[in-house]
Amino acid sequence: MAKAEKIEIYVNLCKGCEICVELCPVDALEMKDFKAAVKDLDKCIACMQCELRCPDFAIEVYKK
Amino acid sequence: MSYDYSKYLRKGKIPHIWCPGCGYGIIMKSMIRAIDSIGWEKDDVVMTSGIGCASRLPGYVDFNTLHTTHGRSLAFATGVKVANPKLNVIAMGGDGDMTAIGGNHFIHACRRNINITCFVFNNFIYGMTGGQYSPTTPKGSRATTAPFGNSDNQFDIAQLAIGAGATFVARTTTYHAVPMEKLMKQAFEHKGFSIVEIIAGCPTGYGRKNKLASPAGMIEWQKEHSVAIAQWEKMSEEEKAGKFPIGVLHDVEKPEYVEAYDANVGLS
Amino acid sequence: MAKQVKFLQGNEAVCEGALYAGCRFYAGYPITPSTEVAEILAARLPKLGGRFIQMEDELAAMAATLGGSIAGKKSLTATSGPGMSLKMENLGYGYLTEIPCVIVNVMRGGPSTGLPTGPGQSDVMQARWGTHGDHPCIALTPSTVQEQLNETVRAFNLAEKYRMPVILLTDEIIGHMREAVEMPEPGDLTVIDRKRPTCDPKDYLPYKPEADGVAPMADFGSGYRYHITGLNHLPDGFPSNDGKLAQADEIRQQKKVDDHYDEIVVVDEMMCDDAEILIFAFGSTARSAKEAVQMARAEGIKVGLFRPLTIWPFPDKHLLKYKGKVKRVIVPEMNLGQTALEVERVLKGSPEVEGIFQIDSEPINPITILNKIKGGK
Repeated sequence: MAKAEKIEIYVNLCKGCEICVELCPVDALEMKDFKAAVKDLDKCIACMQCELRCPDFAIEVYKK
Repeated sequence: MSYDYSKYLRKGKIPHIWCPGCGYGIIMKSMIRAIDSIGWEKDDVVMTSGIGCASRLPGYVDFNTLHTTHGRSLAFATGVKVANPKLNVIAMGGDGDMTAIGGNHFIHACRRNINITCFVFNNFIYGMTGGQYSPTTPKGSRATTAPFGNSDNQFDIAQLAIGAGATFVARTTTYHAVPMEKLMKQAFEHKGFSIVEIIAGCPTGYGRKNKLASPAGMIEWQKEHSVAIAQWEKMSEEEKAGKFPIGVLHDVEKPEYVEAYDANVGLS
Repeated sequence: MAKQVKFLQGNEAVCEGALYAGCRFYAGYPITPSTEVAEILAARLPKLGGRFIQMEDELAAMAATLGGSIAGKKSLTATSGPGMSLKMENLGYGYLTEIPCVIVNVMRGGPSTGLPTGPGQSDVMQARWGTHGDHPCIALTPSTVQEQLNETVRAFNLAEKYRMPVILLTDEIIGHMREAVEMPEPGDLTVIDRKRPTCDPKDYLPYKPEADGVAPMADFGSGYRYHITGLNHLPDGFPSNDGKLAQADEIRQQKKVDDHYDEIVVVDEMMCDDAEILIFAFGSTARSAKEAVQMARAEGIKVGLFRPLTIWPFPDKHLLKYKGKVKRVIVPEMNLGQTALEVERVLKGSPEVEGIFQIDSEPINPITILNKIKGGK
């Protein structure tokens, strides 16, 4: 299973729509102060679903 | 990071104007990847749009971009393409822009089979003006101008395009971000008029009125209600109820408009 | 060597003028009495490497005409009556985005379908104010078939020079009339092409005017990627909600016409020097007026003809010379008094304007004008 080295979330671009958090299959993301945030990097399987479906260029996943 | 969009984005124009959870950002990203994968030079790409949320897209991307009047995206695109057929012309607009006020241009662009790629962003509502019913708003759905539920029948945009003579017609959703990119590339490669209808969520204008407010919920809805065309063709009418087919729905060859014109008038 | 002389129809002369000016794209929709322009260019354009397209409606025809110009081709469309009404939406877009092109309006009766096969001059105010919003306007009013050709060339030149749509406001009489036309050889008439940028593409600002108030315009596909929008925009072409900047830009656009009045406005003043009575007439009505003036002069009446070839911008400066100088001003026109309002605005009652207004789809007879001249107030 692929792993992520880093999940970059650009808070200035995030509009807090929660798409990434709700669609994450492993519950690696959460909402913090109305913005997306990394909850548990170790859980991330680098499936890229969050990055692909973020409408706002606000999240980038770097694979290990 | 799986893809660097910065080469195609205009500096300082992001964040875009679209609401939180609007599917149009997902479409823009798939479109950028599709243009990158076909390898067109930015100088050779012309992007036209009409008026509405979808039509704001060209302002964000680094091509020759033409944000026109309501519904007229394809009419301007036709002028550009006929005057200089070497340009790769992409026309876009929303469901209201393309099939209501721009409906005449839409069917005639299909009929001509001019080598333009058309993306229709279908979010079932007029978003920019605040949520009025459009030609694709489902019967019974609420809109600000349909407070008792929508009485109108709906356009099936893909079927409309096929009926009007488009030679490549596909449908996808914002759930299918990667297949969307592949379909867009196929549409670019197709010689003749190609259209991709993209089902997208409008959480603000449509979702709130119809108890679908969660953007992720709207994307899940797209996943649950769409069926790949190969599967669709095997389904009974009962199984099809409430669902819609996605993928390449129509792909035929016909003479391209400008080539046919040039051959006819002795220009080629 | 003697010039080649052809016996041309007015609408045909428009086509000759357009092709002479370098027009290589036409998008139109059939409508009486302008259709010959489309028919002739459908046959002629491909022979010169140009293209013709018949669009699905008038809105699309105007849009495609602008699109062709954005792609770098000098573009023309022709229409009449209801077609001109439909073109107003995208004509406004052409003004705001400063896209050069020429629109021929072969005026007929109206409003609505009106009297489709007869002449009218009722679109003077529509040409100036038909689209919503404030904008500059150039409209030319030929009176002869020769002028149909020459003024079409001039319309293209003004469109290209000032980077804006220009209207050729003609009518059914001149459009369908046949007269001998001296055909210009290459070089006889000036042909102007739009300014294109020469700067590094990264420095290009599509709406940053040069000293003449006009910004160079790049063809799409020429390496200068930029944004065109019908929203009020900044010099870089991108939309702005700043009302003050929007106002400044619209005033700048208006000024690019106002500041070049002397270059744009052409008036033919016949026997006006000693005139006590001035006839203000344009288009086909000016032909009747000319006849009436000659008949009146033969009877010793001091009357002159003031005939604008540029109706917009209105020839204020030329007309002001007669304020307080002539005893009477008569405005015959095939409408219910549209240019008469402008003449009144300029002369401010010195003298009062007398009208001959007729919308019965018949040309105004020279005798009618002569009777007005002789009949006194």
